[in-house]
Amino acid sequence: MLLDANAGHHQDDELVPAAEPHAGHAPLDTAVETQADLSAEMKAIGEAYARALKDGAEPETQPRLDFAPYRSSILRHPTKSLHHADPETIELFSPAFGHQDVHALEADLTIQHNGEPQGERIIVQGKVLDGDGRPVAGQLVEIWQANAAGRYIHKRDQHPAPLDPNFTGVGRCITGPDGSYRFSTIKPGAYPWKNHLNAWRPAHIHFSLFGTDFTQRIVTQMYFPGDQLFPLDPIYQSIVDQDARDRLVATYDHELTSPEWALGYNWDIVLTGSKRTWTENEAYGDAADEE
Amino acid sequence: MSKLTPTPGQTVGPFYGYALPFTKDNELLAPGSPGSIRLQGTVYDGAGETIPDAILEIWQPDAHGNVVQRTGSLVRDGYTFTGWGRASVGNSGVFTFTTVNPGTTPAIPGKPAAAPFISVAVFARGLMNRLFTRIYLPENEEALAADPLLSSLEPERRKTLIARRDADGGLTWDLRLQGKDETVFLDFEHVEGTSK
Repeated sequence: MLLDANAGHHQDDELVPAAEPHAGHAPLDTAVETQADLSAEMKAIGEAYARALKDGAEPETQPRLDFAPYRSSILRHPTKSLHHADPETIELFSPAFGHQDVHALEADLTIQHNGEPQGERIIVQGKVLDGDGRPVAGQLVEIWQANAAGRYIHKRDQHPAPLDPNFTGVGRCITGPDGSYRFSTIKPGAYPWKNHLNAWRPAHIHFSLFGTDFTQRIVTQMYFPGDQLFPLDPIYQSIVDQDARDRLVATYDHELTSPEWALGYNWDIVLTGSKRTWTENEAYGDAADEE
Repeated sequence: MSKLTPTPGQTVGPFYGYALPFTKDNELLAPGSPGSIRLQGTVYDGAGETIPDAILEIWQPDAHGNVVQRTGSLVRDGYTFTGWGRASVGNSGVFTFTTVNPGTTPAIPGKPAAAPFISVAVFARGLMNRLFTRIYLPENEEALAADPLLSSLEPERRKTLIARRDADGGLTWDLRLQGKDETVFLDFEHVEGTSK
């Protein structure tokens, strides 16, 4: 698992045959939508949100599930309101992960093969905190990303950019006692996708996180500061509030930069607050510890 | 303590398939081991089409209702029940787990008892943020009727959270992201303006 991220029953996802030259640029559907069409839609949504804020609406903090400019979301978002529920029993706890699950070297995505990967070596470091500012210690962090050329090792990625035999783009770690995580990797490239004509995703790293309660579980994406693709990207723009968007953008940190080795980026992640009380700890926590 | 604003979620995208799955990810128990059952279902979109690029996680108590806090989910030893698993749907939109029927977790003093359920987190390409839901066992009508969440739902919606018992003892539970019979998804936060 450590040095061969594609071990097991997902071998068919590895070693994607190189796409036909320019396959990604083959003529799209005749009814193709342009960036201008999509940008106009996103602008209208943004203006409506600005008006709502002005009229006293609470700022939004999460992406909208119903965000039509990301076309694949149209048939995949619930149309009924999420049902408010108090978390109960199992939801107030999270699965436990530890060093049996993740080897320390899995946090270095640059050493998973025989040679050095192509691209700009980076360090991504930060803390996982809960909504009360408490560190989330000893929990699993998983990341995945494209290589420096903007290509994923995935059979569905048909972007005719080169694969890198020395880069898989998958990492894991367990947070430290202070909630800290740290990955060494390569800065991912931007890549095209087929939401609309000339759609490009800003460079990003996918993050998967657990808290102390299962209700804190999130999957998200970390972006790099100053990306010119932000205003054009329906996935980033599905978060309509600028302050909320900014929470997904890492900070360049020269203190973290390693001389003659790698550039440093810092990104802290805040989960929702824990809902567990001492009564639930008494009722389940102790019993669980006796397992 | 100061309350921090949570980091937004984002879609899992189309390319998690070489990163999130792992060997025996969907086998909380070895298939065929005593007490093991198959939990299966199909994921549908708003047009009633199956979704091939969704990934589900389940988190549940053991058969005795204990919350398990044991490591080893990612590198399973074949004997330890950790209570957590992950399953990618296949090309036909079907997911499968091998697990146990969750036991009844003791009630918290002063709170109504919840009927046994499995907690579910749903991720998919095109789904902007993860969704939470629950899978209840179909037996014990009395417990289901008294369950705080189920009793707060209209009968038509309530049934989307209750699995069917299969002839082989397994459970079948389908997930509908949208449309008629849309699954009930849960919001655990009180703050308005989130997860709209």
